[in-house]
Amino acid sequence: MRLKGQPFVMAAYLIFLMLPIYWLLNMSLKTNTEITSTFSMWPVNLTFENYATILTDPSWYMGYVNSLIYVVLNTAISLGVALPAAYAFSRYRFMGDKHLFFWLLTNRMAPPAVFALPFFQLYSSVGLFDTHLAVALAHCLFNVPLAVWILEGFMRGVPKEIDETAYIDGYSFGAFFMKIFLPLIASGVGVAAFFCFMFSWVELLLSRTLTSVDAKPIAATMTRTVSASGMDWGVLAAAGVLTIIPGALVIYFVRNYIAKGFALGRV
Amino acid sequence: MEKTLNNKAWFLVLPVLILVAFSAVVPLMTVVNYSVQDTFGNNVFYWVGLEWFADMLQSDRMWNALGRQALFSAIILAIEVPLGIFVALNMPKKGFWSSFVLVTMALPLLIPFNVVGTIWQIFGRVDIGLLGYVLAKLGVDYNYTADAFDAWATLIVMDVWHWTSLVALLAFAGLQSIPEAYYQAAKIDQASRWAVFRYIELPKMQGVLLIAILLRFMDSFMIYTEPFVLTGGGPGNATTFLSIDLVKMAIGQFDLGPAAAFSLMYFLVILLISWVFYTVMITVEKAEGK
Repeated sequence: MRLKGQPFVMAAYLIFLMLPIYWLLNMSLKTNTEITSTFSMWPVNLTFENYATILTDPSWYMGYVNSLIYVVLNTAISLGVALPAAYAFSRYRFMGDKHLFFWLLTNRMAPPAVFALPFFQLYSSVGLFDTHLAVALAHCLFNVPLAVWILEGFMRGVPKEIDETAYIDGYSFGAFFMKIFLPLIASGVGVAAFFCFMFSWVELLLSRTLTSVDAKPIAATMTRTVSASGMDWGVLAAAGVLTIIPGALVIYFVRNYIAKGFALGRV
Repeated sequence: MEKTLNNKAWFLVLPVLILVAFSAVVPLMTVVNYSVQDTFGNNVFYWVGLEWFADMLQSDRMWNALGRQALFSAIILAIEVPLGIFVALNMPKKGFWSSFVLVTMALPLLIPFNVVGTIWQIFGRVDIGLLGYVLAKLGVDYNYTADAFDAWATLIVMDVWHWTSLVALLAFAGLQSIPEAYYQAAKIDQASRWAVFRYIELPKMQGVLLIAILLRFMDSFMIYTEPFVLTGGGPGNATTFLSIDLVKMAIGQFDLGPAAAFSLMYFLVILLISWVFYTVMITVEKAEGK
């Protein structure tokens, strides 16, 4: 009875998804003259010049390095604080727990546009402006609540008897958490890390507002292809393609958990 | 699961509280501060009470942006939710193709927002983009930078392209949790395809669909980068949504007071609607006995 999917519906949807990305790839392999003078479905004069431009110019490739630094920092901070909190929410009732949980979620709902200016002033006043740490902390605004939610969902699935048995066996809380509990929810930690990585990687508004030179993310660097001599389409497209690669790499590892993660561990 | 009462659990939550207090409460207080004060420069502020709020509530600018935003979110939800369910029903259930489809579908979700804008900016151009070129060849007068309708259409197609997979992935996860026995029972009862969908699949997807709607509502309501890159809020003000207008006001014109009042009301609207969704979600979760 379970109807088989219609392969052609799926194929049509995937083509719809892939066409714009293919077009970007196509343009990144052309020279600017070819892009503006002729119209073709694939590069006629295949060139890797655009990629060479990016990978040899520090002001370009440092954008990727900067982005990766604050993304990794953010993931580490978010998971570090979210793990104990998620454990508390999944195991105990305490004063104000439900309100606290919803309040955390409200931070996920906060439009980054609301926070852009206050963040700029806050981080400037504590001397963190234009550092990787500033962006990492700012992205905690939406990543910490998300990580808490996802981890709490996964932790709920671990029976409480395991905790109790461990205590009877004489484990301290710390030892139990590191040696027994963490391995049990390893997939949950992986998914939470993936989502922190993803949302920090795709965000532009805050990371652009909080940086100027030293920690400038690749997304902000890309805007400079607009110059007096017109758009540098080829380099812009190549930079775009390069931003897709990290996502495509990590997504393979969590493919079976993507949906569970998006459902905040509640499937 | 039965939870034990333990107020010491507060210590486990403390790191999160401190961090979020620094990254959310302090900035939010700055916003509140600005929203009730005015300045003539030189960091001299004086109290104006609720004047900015009254100003903003009377200004057409905010109501127009809010109207455009609400329309945009409504269209997005109306297209993406049914389409996502439809795609999920057609996804291969297991094996190599299932993994392949999952990874491919998730790809647009991992592209930085401004690159999404860039991709469609290029794709829609009449001279160098596939979409614009084909439309022009077909004789359609299409120009997303000059025509308000075309700009909207491009933005909506872009958002559908970007986020429908999220709804589909969630719906798919819900479908995967339905035991085979349900389908067999339906077969014995000779239930129609529609009945299977309506009485087995849809109820099982209810929980995840609520999450999908909540996420899509929140994110479409805060959309900034994609329209900023694609249309810059134009032509005219046609695609100036709330976030774009807010950034223009706060950082472009540095009108701190009105922008702060705007921010707080904006946040409040999102909060209110999300709270309703959240309450429904929790009720559904409880009813399912999770």
